[in-house]
Parts: sequence; C-alpha cells; structure tokens
Amino acid sequence: MSTSLSGPGSATQAPGREPVRSGLPRKSRTARNHAPITATGLVVKVVLLGLVAGIAIWAAFPLIEAEHWIGLGILAVTTAVLFYLYLGRRHIPAKYLVPGTIFLIAFQVFPVLYTASTAFTNFGDGHRGSKQDAIVAIQTSSVKQVPGSTEYSLSIATKGDDPATGALVFLLSDPKTKEVFAGDAGGLRKLDPGQVEASSLTGKVTAADGYTVLNIGQASVRSKEITDLIVPTSGGAIRSNGLTRAYEGKAVRAYDAGCDCVKDTETGKTWTADAKSGAFVAADGERLTQGWKVNVGLKNFSRVLTDPNISRPFFGTLLWNFAFAIGSTGLTFLLGMAIALALHSPRMKGTNLYRVLLILPYAMPSFAMLLVWRDMFNTDFGLVNNLFGLGVDWFGQAWSARAAVLLVQLWLGYPYMFLVATGALQAIPRELTEATSVDGASPWQSFRSVTLPLLLVALSPLLIASFAYNFNNINAIWLTTEGGPFPADNPTNGATDLLITYTYRLAFGAQGAEFGMAAAVSIFIFAIVATVSAISFRRTRKQEEVYS
Amino acid sequence: MTTYADAPVANRNAKGKSKNRWFSQVGWRHLVGVLAVVFSLFPILFVLSAALNPLGTLSSTELLPTGASFENFTNLFDKTAFGHWFLNSLLIAGAASFVSIFLSALAAYAFSRMRFAGRRFGLLTLLLIQMFPQFLAIVAIFLIFTTVTDLWPALGFNTPWGLFLLYMGGALGVNTWLMKGFFDTLPRELDESATMDGATHAQVFFRIMLPLVAPILAVTALLSFIGTINEFMIANVFLTNTESKTLAVGMFGLVAGERNNNFGMFAAGTLLTAIPTVLVFQLLQRYIVSGLTAGAVKG
Repeated sequence: MSTSLSGPGSATQAPGREPVRSGLPRKSRTARNHAPITATGLVVKVVLLGLVAGIAIWAAFPLIEAEHWIGLGILAVTTAVLFYLYLGRRHIPAKYLVPGTIFLIAFQVFPVLYTASTAFTNFGDGHRGSKQDAIVAIQTSSVKQVPGSTEYSLSIATKGDDPATGALVFLLSDPKTKEVFAGDAGGLRKLDPGQVEASSLTGKVTAADGYTVLNIGQASVRSKEITDLIVPTSGGAIRSNGLTRAYEGKAVRAYDAGCDCVKDTETGKTWTADAKSGAFVAADGERLTQGWKVNVGLKNFSRVLTDPNISRPFFGTLLWNFAFAIGSTGLTFLLGMAIALALHSPRMKGTNLYRVLLILPYAMPSFAMLLVWRDMFNTDFGLVNNLFGLGVDWFGQAWSARAAVLLVQLWLGYPYMFLVATGALQAIPRELTEATSVDGASPWQSFRSVTLPLLLVALSPLLIASFAYNFNNINAIWLTTEGGPFPADNPTNGATDLLITYTYRLAFGAQGAEFGMAAAVSIFIFAIVATVSAISFRRTRKQEEVYS
Repeated sequence: MTTYADAPVANRNAKGKSKNRWFSQVGWRHLVGVLAVVFSLFPILFVLSAALNPLGTLSSTELLPTGASFENFTNLFDKTAFGHWFLNSLLIAGAASFVSIFLSALAAYAFSRMRFAGRRFGLLTLLLIQMFPQFLAIVAIFLIFTTVTDLWPALGFNTPWGLFLLYMGGALGVNTWLMKGFFDTLPRELDESATMDGATHAQVFFRIMLPLVAPILAVTALLSFIGTINEFMIANVFLTNTESKTLAVGMFGLVAGERNNNFGMFAAGTLLTAIPTVLVFQLLQRYIVSGLTAGAVKG
C-alpha cells in the first residue's frame, strides 16, 4: 500500500491544484456523516471561488455595456450555483461533475441544439437573416446611378492595420462640402476632420485614425469585394465606381408594406412576399435571390427520404460507411491488441524501444500524414507503385480506393489501440494469468477466458467511441480520396464517400450553403450512430457493472 | 521462477532445442515487434527523405534520402510563420490536455465511486452528445463566437483562449469513460478504509485514487495532446490571422495551393510537429509502463 503511494504516481498529483500536504493530522474521530474540513481544502476552495468571482465580474461589464440582460442573468445564476455548491457540504457528486459539465453545456450541447434547431428552417445562402435584412439587401443591390447623384472621391481603407484581410471601409469625401465619411455595409458615419488627412487638391483622404488606406496595388487585389460593398443610406446607397470614385444612387426596387411586396419602379414588376418559403416571388414564379429565414417544418427531413437525388445513393453510402467504421475500428484493434500481447511479457527485452518506435505513427500529425499517404498512392510517382513496380491507379477504382483508405486508417489507428491495450494489460493483475497457467490452461485458453474479457471490460466503451468517431471521420476521406472515385453518371456520390462527406458536398458544395439541409442530414447520421451504440452498449452491459 | 526466466538468455548461443525454445517463448515476440516497426516507420522514412531532399519537390522524393540538405527547414522558418504556429499549438494543446484530463478525472471519480440520481442518464448522455457530428455544428459555433468576439475580444476569434474554451466542451466524453473503467478496476476497499480513517472525499480522490490511476492519466493526457495538435476543421474556422494559427491550420495552407513545390517544406514541418508529441510520450512513458493495480492489491 505504502509503496504504491510513494510510487511514480505521487509526482503527477495534479500539480498546482491540491498541494500534497505532508504530515496530515489524521484525526481518528468517528466519521459520522462528514469528515473534518482540512486547512488545505479550505484554502484551495477560497482561492478557486475567488477566481470564479473575479472572472464573473470581468465578464459582466461587457454584458452590461451591451445591455445583454439574458447573458448577464445566466452568468449570475451560474456563479451563484457554483458558490452554493462548493460552500455547502451536500451534493458531493455534483462537486465533481459540475466543472466539466459547464464547459460541456456551453460549447457542446448548446451548439448541437442550435444546429438541430436549424434543421427545421431554410437557413442557408439567400436565407440568412430576417425579412428586414432581406429588404435592405434587395433595395441596396438595385441601386443605380441616376442624373444628379452625389459623387464622392473615394479612398479604400481597412479597419485595423492589415491591408490583406481587414474589413473594408470606404472613406468618402464630398467635393462640395469637404465633409468626410466612413462607410461600410453597416451604414455611413461622419468623421471628425481632426482625425483625417486629405489631399488639398482633390479632397481625397490619404490617412485616417484607426484605418489603413490601401494603395492601388493592395486595393486591386480585393477589387471583387470592393465592387460588392454597398453602403446603405437614407435615400438609396453608395457604390464604388472604379477605385477612386463613388456615387450615391437611387434604389430601383422598393418595398411596399401595403401589399407586402417589392416593386421595380422601372419595369413595374412586383414580387410578393411568400412567408412559407421565405422569399419574394413574382406572379410568373421568378423569385428574388435575397430571402429570409423561415420555419419549414419537416421539409428538410422529407427531402432526404423522398428526393431521388439524395435518397438513392443514401443507402449505398450508408453500407460503405458501416464497413469503413467497423473495418477501421476492428482492424486497428486486432492489430494493436496482437502486438500489445506479443510485447507484453516479463521476459521481453527492449520493449521500451519497440514501444517508442511503434507509437511514432501516432505521434506524427495525422492530417499531414493523410496527405502524405495520398501522395504515396499517386499513380505516376507514388511510393507504393514505385516500390512494387506497379502502375495501379489506386484511387481510380472503387475497391482499390476503399482498400487503400482502410490501410491508411490501419496505419494511423493501430498505435492508439496498441497503447490503450498495453495500458489495460498492465492493469490486469498478473496473479490471474499466473493462476490459470498453474491450473494447466494453455496460453490461448487463458487469453480467451481471462485476458480478453478483462481487456474488453476496460476497452469496450473506447471501441464504441472509436466506431462513432470513424463513422464520421471526415478527415480520413476528405484529405485522401475526397470521396472519389465517382461513377460517370453521378458526380455527387463517390465510392469512398461517408455520409458526412456526402452531406458536406450536398450542403456546402457548388449549389451554395444549405445549413438547414445539412443539419437535417446530420440528425439522421446522429440517429444512426446513437442507435448502433445503444445496441452495443446493451450487449456489453452484461459484462461490466456500469449501472450497478 | 528466476532461474527459469534467466535460462534462455544464458543459452542464447547454444544450438538445438534451447534455441527453438528461445524462439517459441521470446523470439517470435521480437519478430512481431520488428515487422510492426517496419510497417510503422516506412512512411515516416519517406517524410524524412522528402524533408532532406534538396530539390524540395514531391516528384523528386524517394523512400531513402537522396541528399542531406537543410534548406527546407530554413525556408520553413524564413518564408512562413512556423515559429508562431509551433508555439500556439504547444500552448493550446498543453493547456487543453492538462485541464481536460483533470475535469475528466473528477467526473470519472464521481461516476465510478458515487451513487446518485441521474448517474446512468449522465453516463449515457455523455456518450450520446459526443456522437453528434461536431463538424456540422461549425455554423453554430461560428455564430456563437461572433457574439463572444464582440463582447470579450480576449476570448474571441484568433485568440488561443477562445479555442481552448471550445476544446474544453469536449473534455467530458470518451476520456471520462476510459477513466471510469479504470477507476472501476481499483478495489473499493482502498477508499473505504481511507474514509474509515477519516479522510474526506477530496483526500480520497487526490491522495489515493489519482496516484493509482497515474498510468491511465498519462495515456489519456497523451491522447488528448495529440488529438488537439491534430485538430484542424474547427481551428481552421477559428484562426485566420497568420500569426495566431496552429500548426495544423498553418501547414495545411502551405500545401493547399503549391502542393508539389512546397512538399519539402511541408515534410520538414511535419517532422518538427512530431517532436513535441514524441517528447511528451518519452516523458510519460514510465507512468504508462508502471503497473496500475499490482501494488494496491498486494498491499
């Protein structure tokens, strides 16, 4: 007992969290309901709660400033609950669970629920914001230069000091009044003359506090963004005309609240708002590209099942997806466990060396190695073809591509299984296996009836988790085959596509972002993985006392 | 027992049966080990060869190094912000793995040793939540952090702290299950006797349980460190400033366009990226190797 406590573990005793106290006065009072409060515990508690209070106060000021009362309420309640929990002596399990759970709720549960809620909407390109946003976008994009429009001399600038990526701003000076404005998609703002340096000849702004004025070269790199930038004003909007001039034009299309429609003042055509699809639709069926986000109910889900372009390849992909996840998990586990068993022997010498070398594939950055493997399978100068003198187009045929992907997964994944299997093997008391050999069991018998069941007890949650991870392993496919090879008649669904890469291509591909659709398919994926895991858990439940 | 174990070593050079016996008991294990090492190492050898290749292109690289030039390494530091990426990755992965393991161990202790309402529900929920394809929640994460960036710029986009917080969302999950499994293998008599001696639940956790699960803590910390260094999809959305990028994001950008020409630099970066993980493994090795319950059960 004492040897194990002074062993290697004592050095890893969560440094900085709970200093090890030597000579702890063990009061031998009869422990009734509560053990005594220790001085160290009290100090740690006070310091940590003080830290919590400090962070809460720091976080509160911006919330108050932004008048974000819901956020402030959540912050106050969370802090109060933490204080109540750790100052009291009850709710001991919660004291251990709450720290991780707070992060889990804020950064995992909330995004997932948020995503799930978008599955019932048409959220995506053209349907991003509110109806009001859509109306503003329609009006500003229809701006045309008309006789009598105000002309400005224009300087392109960015917020902050990075000309390549900073947010673009138009610095506009009115040649008549010499007033200077800064304008972006949020609107127009007058600038204090003291903050601005302008050319006395043309009135063009050459420098302004807080902005970086771009030269012609820097601006022309971003000319597409500059053309797309429209500054809304009360009477219309300001657009650029080249890189040095801008004009305030009039909106040709205007929203009429009376008929809830958009009218084109030049052609007289009207588009009426359709609350079901979240778009303005004309009598002839033409719809404006700028729509708004509306609830579409189960439409996204029914589309997955009924739209032949989506549902037809769904089941083939599903089958390969299972084969890929089971193959990746199973092969890596078998190989990793086999090698761990082979090296796990008291008489083995040099196991440390083997371990260091074997673990190297896992120590290498996997995203980089996936790309390296892709090049090793290259037809013309790939290493695999070079070494064996072959000319196989590995990623060009369905089955060789699938085999190649699984081989890459095996290489990347088996050191992990080797590592955890070694850890689990070391946790199995040697007395057990020794006892079986004393009783005359063969190594295979002792493996089957003692080692393997104990290994599976420790590793089955991990195997299920590995299955779930590989089921959605987007990197493994996206960085190697990109889902290919594709059949000639269907460029959207390849032989190695997983559901998640297939969804990704459907939702974020050439047709533009369809987040609502993507969320619906990801709920399908989630349901499949969760069902499979729940079933396998019921089976493993008998082996371990998880719920005891 | 001792003489039996020493015998094969003493007779290693002897011929005949003893050599066969050595092979059937120890030798085949070495054969398996060597084959596995060859399988593990040849792609890494290819990367090494590419990194030392003076031409620095993919098409001119062979399995064995054809030259020994460090030009790819110097180019990597001169032409890219590799030093920044490296430090960012170390900071984020180090902090994230340490804190997430600690949070996970706390939860695993409660799940393993305490009985409370909602325990089974909590365990299943943990597993279920982590099964949602997190990559598809990236839109929600992006929108959430747009607000966070407005309110608290220190935790927003392009900061290591924001990314760190985001990674902490996954702290409870697979690791908690793994650790709970190992807590379960520790005999309950240990903490029960400590409680009888008047130890608080915190003392039982920090002074008895944690030292005994040190090997599995080491394993999970290592896995978490490697997982964080390799995380690409979320970091790619989160970090757009050249100097705030992590290794994965920065190096992906390196070969996104000029794949063939930058391959030597990319391979050099891959090797340098592997250094921290290999070092961490070396540091933690003795905890992984040391027995877990051997001492506790005997005591």
